[in-house]
Amino acid sequence: MSDVSYHSTTIEPEAELGDYFALLKPRVMSLVVFTAFVGMLAAPQSVNPVIAFASILFVAVGAGASGALNMWWDADIDGVMRRTAKRPIPSGRVTAGEAKVLGFALSGLSVMMLALSANMLAAVLLAFTIFFYLVIYSMWLKRATPQNIVIGGAAGAFPPVIGWVIATGAFSIEAWLMFALIFMWTPPHFWALALFMRSDYDDAQVPMLTVTHGRKATRAHILVYTVLLVGLVAGAGFTSLGGPVFLAAAAVLNVLFLKGAFDIWRRDEAQAEADDYTVEKSFFKLSLWYLFLHFGAILADAVLMPFVVMLT
Amino acid sequence: MSLRVEHDLHKRRRGRNTGVGLILGAFVVLILALTVAKVTSGDFELPSIEEGQ
Repeated sequence: MSDVSYHSTTIEPEAELGDYFALLKPRVMSLVVFTAFVGMLAAPQSVNPVIAFASILFVAVGAGASGALNMWWDADIDGVMRRTAKRPIPSGRVTAGEAKVLGFALSGLSVMMLALSANMLAAVLLAFTIFFYLVIYSMWLKRATPQNIVIGGAAGAFPPVIGWVIATGAFSIEAWLMFALIFMWTPPHFWALALFMRSDYDDAQVPMLTVTHGRKATRAHILVYTVLLVGLVAGAGFTSLGGPVFLAAAAVLNVLFLKGAFDIWRRDEAQAEADDYTVEKSFFKLSLWYLFLHFGAILADAVLMPFVVMLT
Repeated sequence: MSLRVEHDLHKRRRGRNTGVGLILGAFVVLILALTVAKVTSGDFELPSIEEGQ
């Protein structure tokens, strides 16, 4: 082979470590770490700090693995949608095969390590979460039904339950209430996003509610789910989750969230287009704060409780 | 003059290898810490054998 032919050979682009890290959906991972951590601290049993750190890390790795597997499966539609076109696979930095191998390897590793560091029930729950996100949500529901994110939202709702089980080795009503909080929050959060990411889901032919039932119906769905969510949070206030910080935060956040959902429901497309979906965008931003602050309040109550008991 | 010009690809590959090495090193340290925590917290204590058995 001559020098000329050597130089004319095209070299396959090789991914950097950061590209593989991007496959793990770091932002989703941070939410998983936070909610699992809150679930673990809200539980009545304390955990050795090293075991706690390792267990939460393995939950995060498991969540990252399911993110990589989701990117492998959805590479075709990710390339079509503006929001996801820059992900490592559609942009050509990582191959779909690499994502698949990384996803399966990290799934196995995280489940096995969680069984060793915490307990078998937590590991089974993590394995089920990965299975649910990949098979039930990504492979089946996402492209089949407008209820995709309603049922698929369960995958994102498991981490606080896993955190609770890491500490106690068993389920409880409080753990399932935290599950229900994320589960009921997911639909209004994603439907608000679908309202202002107008053509993305149409282009990718993903049957989001906005595509199958129209925008007016989506607005009504956001309001209905928000009302149900507010009712659920009010109910949670009567359990051991309902500490003073939680009750104060929930009172403010739920009034704001309900008002946001009502404003979305009142508007039509002409109004939304006229102001570039300001109300929908601010509701979406509020929804992120809504979840973060509710779990932050549960955490604050769990941390403050020993001091309250000491003072009384 | 050296004929070996370092290609951008080699730089990226070195960065990746260093990263994987560090992750594996951290994993080993984590397993060690986890083992110490498990052993000292009594998870693996042998059941006491009563005298005469």
